[in-house]
Amino acid sequence: MTATKPFSATGNQMIAEAMRQADPDVMAAYPITPQTTIVENYAKFVANGAVTTEFVTVESEHSAMSACVGASAAGARVATATASQGLALMWEELFIAAGMRLPIVMANANRALSAPINIHGDHSDVMGARDTGWILLFAETAQEAYDNTVISFPIAEDPDVQLPVMTTLDGFITSHAMERCVMEDDETVRSFVGDYAPANGLLTSPTPLGAGMFANGDSYMKSRYMLRHAIQDSLPVIERVGKAWADTCGRPFDVVDAWECDDAELIVVVLGSAAGNVRHIARELRAAGKKVGVVRPRVYRPFPVKQIAEACKGAKAIAIMDRADSLGGQYGPLAVDVLGALASAGQSAPFHNYIYGLGGNDLTNDLVHKVFDDLEKLADGSLGTGGTSYLGMQEAEGAQNIWLG
Amino acid sequence: MKMPELDRFEDWAPEEFPKGYLCNAGTSVEYITGGWRSMRPVWDADKCTNCMMCWVVCPDSSIKVADEAMTGIDYDHCKGCGVCVHECRFGALEFIREDEAEVA
Repeated sequence: MTATKPFSATGNQMIAEAMRQADPDVMAAYPITPQTTIVENYAKFVANGAVTTEFVTVESEHSAMSACVGASAAGARVATATASQGLALMWEELFIAAGMRLPIVMANANRALSAPINIHGDHSDVMGARDTGWILLFAETAQEAYDNTVISFPIAEDPDVQLPVMTTLDGFITSHAMERCVMEDDETVRSFVGDYAPANGLLTSPTPLGAGMFANGDSYMKSRYMLRHAIQDSLPVIERVGKAWADTCGRPFDVVDAWECDDAELIVVVLGSAAGNVRHIARELRAAGKKVGVVRPRVYRPFPVKQIAEACKGAKAIAIMDRADSLGGQYGPLAVDVLGALASAGQSAPFHNYIYGLGGNDLTNDLVHKVFDDLEKLADGSLGTGGTSYLGMQEAEGAQNIWLG
Repeated sequence: MKMPELDRFEDWAPEEFPKGYLCNAGTSVEYITGGWRSMRPVWDADKCTNCMMCWVVCPDSSIKVADEAMTGIDYDHCKGCGVCVHECRFGALEFIREDEAEVA
């Protein structure tokens, strides 16, 4: 562990610093709303000669990710950042980056998608990247955004993984708010991240290569099958790299942060910054003798199925909180994943799915109390299982949950 | 790195694919696209002046040339788009239906 002095910084600053320390060869980004100050800070590092990165300004996020794909295929270490509609515009290239097994590291400040026009914090944008083949990390704090970004490079570039990694933090709540942070020194990070040796760079390979090729149905399906296994098998690598960084910096790493779950009966599962709000109330309830627990996946793709099921095994009721909706589906994306994890482990408990905090809407203490109150009702049977609600909103009169009849 | 052999690409086990589906360079030569063709350009060497306009416009590099003179058309890769026929100023390229070509 290095002796480092605490200072105040935003999550964006911390990610920019982590990227500076990893010193990628290329960064391509589109510098306008909804871009974040990650890129703004990084452009200053480039201008000041603090990094060797070639900074490519492009005309859109679609082009930004295209340029990243090209640079990464050529054999460069590549990083970028985006948010909200910017990530949405990259959607096509996200699949290409993963399918071509390019270890690009991208930060995303998780934000809403229009309409109505809104770029405040929620998970609507990143959930669109859920099925693309990118590894998705969710930070709770600015400090964790830094740590997740540092480990993103060795995870992405691991020869067995070779996949793009998205290191995300909640828009404005974590990206723009000042927090107490520490940073390891440049030499520590550089030696942890190491030099990048591309396996098959188009400009580094001794023989000519074809990349991004056409594949007919049979070859395409085999290639996608290998992609499924690559991201599935990346979980132990993420765990190994995360633990190695934890040993270096002294801050803990777990793919799932299971707070007080050993004897927990009423469990909330939640991603990102909101876990702090929920634990704040959970601490009060613990002090009052209630057996409550909070489960926060720090890694969302690959989904840590066994760890989630293990954390929830003593649950008498489970609340799953989604900061994005899956419109027309029965539950939000996190709820679907959690329920799948429980089902495959042969576990079940009464549950309720809450959609909360869309478009930067506040998750207040009162709302968290309402979730824990509902958990008690679910556990004693006075509230039926399987419902979905928009947290804090009055149901319209006569509104029916068509799925529950 | 280990590379696929193109004639048995479909026989490869998934784990044999290089990460990211990389291939040898220049594999499009091995991929026969002539079967997509419904119309066929037919070359008349007597009328051809070797102006090379067809060579310039062909999107599939299917105009065969040796020693600065046209020698024929690569029917393994010509998709029958007809751009060469449209651009030829000397009537040296005729466009016929593929089923008529089969009979001839």
